[in-house]
Amino acid sequence: MNVEITGGRVVDPAQDLDRVTSVYVADGTIAALHEAPPRWRAERVIDAHGLVVAHGFVDLAARLREPGFEHKATLASELAAAAAGGVTGLACPPDTDPPLDEPGLVQMLKHRARVLNQAHVYPIGALSLGLAGHTLTEMSELAEAGCVAFSHADVPLPDTQMLFRALQYAGTFRHRVWLRPQDSHLARGGVAHDGEVATRLGLPGIPVSAETIALATIFALVRETGVGVHLCRISSASGVEMVRAAKAEGLPVTCDVDVHHLHLCDVDIGWFDPLANLMPPLRGTRDRAALRAGLADGTIDAACSDHAPVDDDDKQVPFGEAEPGATGLELLLPLMLKWAAEDKAPLSRAIAAIATRPAQILGVAPATLRSGSAADLAIFHPSEPWVVRRDTLRSQGKNTPFLGIELAGRVRYTLLAGQVVHEL
Amino acid sequence: MPRNPQLDRDGGLRHLITLEGLPAEVITRVLDTAEPFVSVAEREVKKVPLLRGKAVFNLFFENSTRTRTTFEIAAKRLSADVINLNIGASSTAKGETLLDTIDNLCAMNADIFVVRHSQSGAPHLIASHLDATGRSHVHVVNAGDGRHSHPTQGLLDLYTIRHYKRDFGGLVVAVVGDILHSRVARSLIHGLTTMRAAEVRVIAPRTLLPTRVEALGVRVASDMREGLRDCDVVVMLRLQSERMKGALLPSAGEYFKQYGLTQDKLALAKPDAIVMHPGPMNRGVEIDSAVADGARSVILPQVTFGIAVRMAVLSMIASP
Repeated sequence: MNVEITGGRVVDPAQDLDRVTSVYVADGTIAALHEAPPRWRAERVIDAHGLVVAHGFVDLAARLREPGFEHKATLASELAAAAAGGVTGLACPPDTDPPLDEPGLVQMLKHRARVLNQAHVYPIGALSLGLAGHTLTEMSELAEAGCVAFSHADVPLPDTQMLFRALQYAGTFRHRVWLRPQDSHLARGGVAHDGEVATRLGLPGIPVSAETIALATIFALVRETGVGVHLCRISSASGVEMVRAAKAEGLPVTCDVDVHHLHLCDVDIGWFDPLANLMPPLRGTRDRAALRAGLADGTIDAACSDHAPVDDDDKQVPFGEAEPGATGLELLLPLMLKWAAEDKAPLSRAIAAIATRPAQILGVAPATLRSGSAADLAIFHPSEPWVVRRDTLRSQGKNTPFLGIELAGRVRYTLLAGQVVHEL
Repeated sequence: MPRNPQLDRDGGLRHLITLEGLPAEVITRVLDTAEPFVSVAEREVKKVPLLRGKAVFNLFFENSTRTRTTFEIAAKRLSADVINLNIGASSTAKGETLLDTIDNLCAMNADIFVVRHSQSGAPHLIASHLDATGRSHVHVVNAGDGRHSHPTQGLLDLYTIRHYKRDFGGLVVAVVGDILHSRVARSLIHGLTTMRAAEVRVIAPRTLLPTRVEALGVRVASDMREGLRDCDVVVMLRLQSERMKGALLPSAGEYFKQYGLTQDKLALAKPDAIVMHPGPMNRGVEIDSAVADGARSVILPQVTFGIAVRMAVLSMIASP
């Protein structure tokens, strides 16, 4: 179908583009920018005046809950949420049930996502069988089935010897390794950031050292093996500092931040609000400030939603018993726009953090609007206000610390390979 | 959502969940209300009809005979109907959620829930739920939630201190023991800082001190002798045997040597200093028998005052 998108502010950090112009889509790809291709006839015209036209967002962490947790959410509901959030590509962690340690499961997931045709799903394979930390998975088979990287999800890192070997093996075949920097021993029993708030509330804490010790371990192994690692969900000022130093040293590492951590901190737990129970935990105000600065200066490469649909039953319990996580696919854009507006970062920086850079980290097709690229687009109003409510969220997960909060920025159209998969 | 769920619109006490953020005026009112109730205990007929017709449900998710008993006595002295719920044997063991339990009990016309739970924040959750489901006539009294708060203990500790020392103003109070895990300590610290005690000291090895405990308004002393110097009040906390596992402490013996209250350590405090303990005591672990049974111990009066304070709290909360 020939789609013409007129008068929108087209922002593409990959080609330093930020101007009001038109986009021409044909056969699922971007046929041209600025001027219609020869003999152009539009079958659909999208009036994008007052809107921003960008590549669809690429979310580095979105749990789809299939297979195994279908009572929490399904592929259908969560991919619809992705489309509503302007997310055209997302990486799902391997902690499904069973975990993504077997090519058949990966193929099934990819197939089902293709059939639903709402967003591209990039499965992250398990680093070890069953995520048990003993036996390596058949990474080559899994890569062939469609895995773009390998991780241990939120399960504690395997022991250092196993981790060392996993890096060596993955490195042999140039597979990407993603790691969550959290030392399981120091984190044991903790439900909140170990600081003044946890002390006041009487909640067991997870100290910052749980992150810094894990980072130090990972950096030492990266130095030793030369294998690059993507670090998932930096949460502390010290963590940002360590990543900055590692990058300055020339280590092949990238990292992301959960977009919630840019805005919230441990004080937002308030009166034990289980909606603010996230993992890694929301840390202090200084940590939040460092995360924001890290995103601005590029130490932090990308922001993700860390989307986790959680059942009401698992949130309407005392804080320490609640399941951590929040629904985030539909909040990724407005929360990034909020950061950019508050910290006076250009819109292109925000889009780079949730589209351009994530696509590079995943090693998938570049998130760019150059002609010839796949027409995966997010067309959004940059300041339209909307209130986050259970009935305005498409995800089956209705639990977010932003419930009842008014945010600005709303996706009006999402195109996947030139097809409109969401419109308001 | 974030407004203080304990107070109603007129600043009256609707629930008692924590002493943190409770105005000094409210605390004083509780202590003043408790005073006449102390003499009720000495009468032949130990009852007053203040809570007649009201149903008090003791909802103890964590075992406690002492606290539950004192609440039961307090409620009965106010002529309330008391129902004790043994949660281990009840539906929660079958997987019923906390809020479902509350809903079911409300359907049985509960007026006051006295709740003890192992999770910090449980009574807040219950109070918010009651709020959200339009049951403003049902009240929650926190009988201890995880490490967070034990407000009636804090209040009876304040009552005891006020009884023996009159003014909080110039007082130096030392709290000794496992501060990290102690809701008693947190409540007392909030109470004392609200009532403008001159200095609150916490004395414990670093493994038993919460992160940045100074932010609560206390001074840390890791050496007990230094910490007890010239104190007016010494509050000893119970040391649970589990602390010896998990690398928090090596042994009860070493703990007693460093942090146990003995006569000679007590001698460093003021000559008229009082010794308190929330109970139950571990003799020979945190406190020497000679001190526990000695002239400066007010541990038994604490129990008596505890009933009066709980009567005060229940009567204030349930009054319209």
